[in-house]
Amino acid sequence: MMEVLAMGGYGNFVWGAYGLTIIVLAVCIVGGPVRHTKAINDVRRRIRAMEAKS
Amino acid sequence: MWKFFHKLASPPHFYQFAGKIVPWFAVIAIACIGYGGFAGLFVAPADYQQGDAFRIIYVHVPASYLSMMAYSIMAISAGIGLIWRIKLSHAVAAAAAPLGAWFTFLALATGSIWGKPMWGTWWEWGDPRLTSELLLLFLYIGYMALRASIDDIAKADKASAVLALVGVVNVPIIHFSVEWWSSLHQGPTLVREGGPAMAPDMLYPLLAMILGFTFLFGALLLGRVRTEVLYREYRARWVRELLLGDGGTT
Repeated sequence: MMEVLAMGGYGNFVWGAYGLTIIVLAVCIVGGPVRHTKAINDVRRRIRAMEAKS
Repeated sequence: MWKFFHKLASPPHFYQFAGKIVPWFAVIAIACIGYGGFAGLFVAPADYQQGDAFRIIYVHVPASYLSMMAYSIMAISAGIGLIWRIKLSHAVAAAAAPLGAWFTFLALATGSIWGKPMWGTWWEWGDPRLTSELLLLFLYIGYMALRASIDDIAKADKASAVLALVGVVNVPIIHFSVEWWSSLHQGPTLVREGGPAMAPDMLYPLLAMILGFTFLFGALLLGRVRTEVLYREYRARWVRELLLGDGGTT
């Protein structure tokens, strides 16, 4: 197990690169649905405001 | 075939179609990245020169490839939008930019992490591959900043499309920089004369990661385009029916 983690002495670099990748991908993956939900709420509000005006 | 694409350019059809295929793209991405990540980390043998540090390529190469692919998609979409005035094209370009910027950042960061043990430095300003990739990140940031600075969507679309088209010249420069100039970065190992310069048990996980990242990018892009379409089409009847009426899934 320790051998796998050590990655032949490059453990910090290898796990650092993979860790960073996971963080960036997580930001992209989570950010999409969050933005979409916000868009739905924003657009609903705009439509209701338009309907209230007319 | 043309009928299908013509129909797809219509925002309501695209919105529904993209909503259906995103989960399938996500499933393929998870399967490919799951296999590629595991095999790349634990199954592929260590490189005879770079040792286990070479395993960084399984995240670095897909991120680098997507950084250029995203810009190409952005520029082509912007060009189509500018010439044929297809509204959806500008939405695709606008949605591709932040994803491209993230993948470019990832390519630069993982490349830098790889560079430290291999080249003895985190960064080398004189290196053409590194600096042209950094320029790509600045182009993405410039594109997004330009869009954000113009309130009128139509004007923002046109101005940013010009920037995207001008900047696309950097994509082949990034790709061929290691062949045209002397570079710390290694030459092409996948797309080269005589086939890939990798053993199959190293190559297959890399191909799986590239495929997985591509499908993940596809899923993320389609999701973002759907969001962009909603904002752009909020006056349209189909959006009102979808969000306030019995219009199906959002």
